[in-house]
Amino acid sequence: MADKIAPATAPITAAPGTPLIDMRNISIAFGGIRAVDDASIDLFPGEVVALLGHNGAGKSTLIKILSGAYKRDAGQIFVNGEEASISNPRDAKKYGIETIYQTLALADNVDAAANLFLGRELMTGWGTLDDVAMEAEARKVMGRLNPRFQRFKEPVIKLSGGQRQSVAIARAILFNARILIMDEPTAALGPQETAQVGELVKQLKSDGIGIFLISHDIHDVFELADRVCVMKNGQVVGTARTTDVTQDEVLGMIILGKCPPGAIPGPGALKIAA
Amino acid sequence: MTDTTSNQPVGSTATDKARASELSAVGRFLKATELDTRMLGMVGALLVIWVGIHILSGGLFLTPRNLWNLSVQTSSVAIMATGMVLVIVMRNIDLSVGSVEGVIGMIMGVAQAEFLIRVVGFQLGNPWLWIIALAAGVALGLLIGAFQGFIIAYMEVPAFIVTLGGLLVWRGMAWLITSGRTVAPLDTTFQLMGGGPRGSIGATASWIVGVVACVAVAFMLLNGRSQRKRFHFPLRPVWAETLLGVVACAAILGAVWIANSYPWPIGIVRQYAQQNGITVPEGGLYIAHGIAIPVLMAVAVGIIMTFITKRTRFGRYVFAIGGNPEAAELAGINTRWVTMKVFMIMGVLAAVSAAISSARLNASTNALGTLDELLVIAAAVIGGTSLAGGSGTVMGAMLGALLMQSLQSGMVLLGIDSPLQSIVVGAVLVIAVWLDTVYRKRV
Repeated sequence: MADKIAPATAPITAAPGTPLIDMRNISIAFGGIRAVDDASIDLFPGEVVALLGHNGAGKSTLIKILSGAYKRDAGQIFVNGEEASISNPRDAKKYGIETIYQTLALADNVDAAANLFLGRELMTGWGTLDDVAMEAEARKVMGRLNPRFQRFKEPVIKLSGGQRQSVAIARAILFNARILIMDEPTAALGPQETAQVGELVKQLKSDGIGIFLISHDIHDVFELADRVCVMKNGQVVGTARTTDVTQDEVLGMIILGKCPPGAIPGPGALKIAA
Repeated sequence: MTDTTSNQPVGSTATDKARASELSAVGRFLKATELDTRMLGMVGALLVIWVGIHILSGGLFLTPRNLWNLSVQTSSVAIMATGMVLVIVMRNIDLSVGSVEGVIGMIMGVAQAEFLIRVVGFQLGNPWLWIIALAAGVALGLLIGAFQGFIIAYMEVPAFIVTLGGLLVWRGMAWLITSGRTVAPLDTTFQLMGGGPRGSIGATASWIVGVVACVAVAFMLLNGRSQRKRFHFPLRPVWAETLLGVVACAAILGAVWIANSYPWPIGIVRQYAQQNGITVPEGGLYIAHGIAIPVLMAVAVGIIMTFITKRTRFGRYVFAIGGNPEAAELAGINTRWVTMKVFMIMGVLAAVSAAISSARLNASTNALGTLDELLVIAAAVIGGTSLAGGSGTVMGAMLGALLMQSLQSGMVLLGIDSPLQSIVVGAVLVIAVWLDTVYRKRV
């Protein structure tokens, strides 16, 4: 029972200049296709970095490498300045990296509490599942995210899209994540729930959690993110502070791969013939 | 299976629209007791079949003797069905259980009747005979399960193919061990696992088992209630809890009463009286069977398997993997190892069933358990296990086994020819799954 209170790893002690996450020169290929090609990206405490790009640009793949779902072919990942070895989802969770997947990745046939604690169940002294304690924790965290939620006894397949989304979010924040990956967190939500997620992101940010946000909604991104990182064809086009670029310029990066002056170009930036 | 309760709300013809939005009396009852309507439907279907056959057979079915025999006949398939639930919940299938049962029965028979006596030099009746034979069988079941499970989980060959191969391989092995010769008789203690007058625990012990079970039911209800109280969760109304407890205890004690109403046959009583120097009184000596040992084994397996599925991490993972394999993997669950463990459990259960079936026959034959895989799968599916994975209960599968066996032995009582029996069982399976599909869509 103690592991739900203690942070997943040591508290953040590194110097403010040290990124929480530093992925360097990551590559992965499926068959002959280089889904991610020499991509580098970093994330600082209390920062929201949005990953943008077309479908198939490689953003989800890059993020799945960080969350341990895929094994990278090349490159390094540093967590808090120290090289991390992440080869499966359990490793990632050990480093305090939690993910909200686009598909939500919920086990549809079990209830909310079982999903929240999937893989990290609370046990009684007898070594059996402590369902009552898990339900109590679930009620606490769900009460924070979605106060009207009451359907704790039902399999999550019976819940609405927004309710399922809040279960997935609750699972990610339940274990004191330090790095949160949100893959299209508002895709299934209505306007009110989207605003709730926005509030949540700001709250988590103020707690010093670093967030990778994958989104198609460029307005959302400009509202929530501190920096944007645009990918195209598996490569990073460029990274920019949201204050230094306009929405149109970012669209140009997504569509044409054209890096504006306010952004730091990556290997995927369009080379303009001088 | 059939949803007999909520199709027709009470007084349905007079129900007006305003009331339809509220819960009907049946609905309120179900909500208060938190009972599974599907399970209730199954119990209802079982009762309909029992009463129907009883009437058709002119009062032969619902007798202590027939019900007692039915319970013994059901044990073997019911035990394997509990394991098949886990296999099917994980979106796999095991077609090899009948053959695994056969080969293990053969090994256990040869071990106790030949190998340990001729090669090791044990005397007949040595208690180690049955202990070693049973342990060897269970170990072999575990190994076979681990072997098939490894190929399925780590070498990624579909379970259908691996166990289809197993169906042929293990049946062939069962034949090879003695070149098709039947091994008999078995150790007298080992035979107790097959039931029969001596393989039953008698009246007094049966009542004790019944009372202990009732106390356990009461304790579980109270414990569940106090747990929920501790966290201020919604509670079931007291009347609902009481009703559940009373019904469960009545069912348990009723079953014990029936088992105790079936006396030993006169011949065995006379033999027993002679051996123990008792003079049989004028009206005959009444010795009750009580609960049969294989039935106790099946109940124990049912309780253990229910505990595993509901209360352990492993059981939770089995269901989560069945619901969404990708999500389970992303949650950090070692899905391959869980898969392998499920097949290992299935192997052990096949070994227990093999012990019961061969003990009941008092012989090991290479045909032991032939076609059992189909009965086991049918029992699990009739019991509400979805072939799409992710849902199913141990209790339901055992009820499914009882339902299948009731149909079969009922048809024997009615004198229906065996080809017709197959036709009925096959049709019932398809209809049951169809009804289940309809039920799932509606809810």
